[in-house]
Amino acid sequence: MNVLVAIKRVVDYNIKVRAKPDGSAVDIAGVKMSVNPFDENAIEAALQLKEQGVVSHITVVTIGPNSHQDSLRHALAMGADDALLIETDEVLQSLGVAKVLKQLVDTMQPQLVLLGKQAIDDDAGQTGQMLAALLNYPQATYASHIEINGLEATVVREIDGGTETIAIHLPAVITADLRLNEPRFVKLPQLMLARKKQINTVPLASLDLDTRQRLIQLRVEEPPPRAAGIMVDSVDALVSQLIKHEGIFA
Amino acid sequence: MSSGQTLVMAEHDGTQLAASVYRSITAAQQFGQHVSVLVIGAGITQVAREAAMINGVQRVLQVDAVTLQHPSAEQISHIVLQMANAYEVLLAAHSSWSKNFLPRVAALLDVGMVSDVLHIIVPRTYQRSVYAGNLLSTVQSQDEQQVLTVHASKFKLASLSQTSAVIERLTVTGSPVPVRWISQTLNQSPRPPLASAKVVVSGGRALGSAERFEAVLAPLANQLQAAIGASRAAVDAGYAPNDLQVGQTGVVVAPALYIAVGISGAIQHTYGMKDSQVIVAINQDPEAPIFQMADYGLVGDLFSVIPALTAALSQANIN
Ligand SMILES: Cc1cc2nc3c(=O)[nH]c(=O)nc-3n(C[C@H](O)[C@H](O)[C@H](O)COP(=O)(O)OP(=O)(O)OC[C@H]3O[C@@H](n4cnc5c(N)ncnc54)[C@H](O)[C@@H]3O)c2cc1C
Ligand SMILES: Nc1ncnc2c1ncn2[C@@H]1O[C@H](COP(=O)(O)O)[C@@H](O)[C@H]1O
Repeated sequence: MNVLVAIKRVVDYNIKVRAKPDGSAVDIAGVKMSVNPFDENAIEAALQLKEQGVVSHITVVTIGPNSHQDSLRHALAMGADDALLIETDEVLQSLGVAKVLKQLVDTMQPQLVLLGKQAIDDDAGQTGQMLAALLNYPQATYASHIEINGLEATVVREIDGGTETIAIHLPAVITADLRLNEPRFVKLPQLMLARKKQINTVPLASLDLDTRQRLIQLRVEEPPPRAAGIMVDSVDALVSQLIKHEGIFA
Repeated sequence: MSSGQTLVMAEHDGTQLAASVYRSITAAQQFGQHVSVLVIGAGITQVAREAAMINGVQRVLQVDAVTLQHPSAEQISHIVLQMANAYEVLLAAHSSWSKNFLPRVAALLDVGMVSDVLHIIVPRTYQRSVYAGNLLSTVQSQDEQQVLTVHASKFKLASLSQTSAVIERLTVTGSPVPVRWISQTLNQSPRPPLASAKVVVSGGRALGSAERFEAVLAPLANQLQAAIGASRAAVDAGYAPNDLQVGQTGVVVAPALYIAVGISGAIQHTYGMKDSQVIVAINQDPEAPIFQMADYGLVGDLFSVIPALTAALSQANIN
């Protein structure tokens, strides 16, 4: 069966981003970019299903400007079979992305669509659920374990306070949590090979979809810093400070 | 769509509302319109009654059916969509429950959803955090209808009312997308629940093993009647179960007191605890980023500091 994996290129999770001084946008000029961590888990899940013989073909897709090809090459180097760039300089929000992915699924008819549970730049965590709804497919979000038997996927999901196990019928949408797997490292030779692979590019405009932004960003700013704390030099000093806050104890 | 009404979708465990529901009702009132609360489940009369006693709630909608014992995102969104046209605002507290189904609702209404709102500045203009709380973004929704989740700890608990709001029982048809619920494993702990505990003691990678995590942290947590939390490194290494993870991909807590033990203070972790009233950090590395946000920092080896702290608190009779 065929799998579609949607990935997003985001500021690397180790980078502490700043707002532009005029507060108009996030300053990402010259900052290290990577594949969204949860999307790497989604790619890895697809690769493992392929190694189990469940999946035969893995397509990765990203929606973004031409410079986002490097994320697709990373996925190809990990082992994806082919890559698709839906090219646009517009920044799409989750609903727009879901609409584009729906159209791709309608034409490509994959049995399974894998996404990350959340993009670590906008922290929306919506696209997978929106896509499932638009497709009228079942969904399993925050997956930490996936098992596929025929046309049924059994998924362990991370929920507040524990886990939940559900079974859904394919075709379906699954979103990956970090604990789903440990994404494999890409070695240099694989990256070199991936450089030579063809990336199919489709202009977003040619899809004729309503992908306009529904949320206009008015301002970005750094959160107010916490008031400076104090360093204490002994357990006793700490306890006497805590006693001042006695009211906070149960 | 008739304007002027707000629908709050309420999370519960079958017998009780989640504490965050009381906060989401405070958020809902900021839209200045009629507030209805939707409760979905099986045998939830008690939950509906609880919701009807919250100040600011004008009406409770109870969708109660045996098939809704463990409702799927597909079922919940299907129910919400059948009534959604009557509401200008659809709102829930941000949690793994609400964020599972609400984007489905938004997509089918063709509305852009706003996740995890920190402040409702004016209706349709919100502040929310991006980049794991590194930055605050103010956004204005362009949609007529509003679909949002709110960051519960940023809103006050709604108070209880003397009189009950009206409860209406609704019957709605089932979801067309079948999902088979198999099981649920909730961490049973005698300690207070992490998300709502007044005091949280969290351990990191430095604890070194599951045995030491328990042996070092449990006495301190017992002394303070605290919940225990963990960093992702500690969870991944198997020192603590998943659901104790505090942070961007775990639980977000805002207790009166948070004690971080052997945790470096990565942004993904601090996202989950930076709203705590008082933060105490114990780390042997004076350069650890956690000290930048701690109200009280102590540089030292946790394996001697924590037992000494536990003993000193018990001496001082703090519990
Ligand atoms: C997408 C993504 C999401 C993430 N989500 C989360 C999340 O939700 N929650 C989370 O916690 N992390 C999350 N992480 C991981 C995060 O980036 C850090 O790796 C993690 O928080 C580190 O855990 P730690 O502080 O326990 O370990 P470390 O960073 O290894 O820190 C251990 C600390 O212990 C100190 N120490 C060592 N020995 C002692 C001793 N004897 N006494 C006192 N101090 C000692 C060290 O000085 C050090 O500061 C996420 C990462 C990614 C990429
Ligand atoms: N521009 C994009 N291109 C491809 N996939 C995306 C894009 N944006 C988001 N996604 C996918 O949707 C998931 C959730 O994103 P979000 O709803 O923005 O948090 C991500 O982890 C990706 O798998």
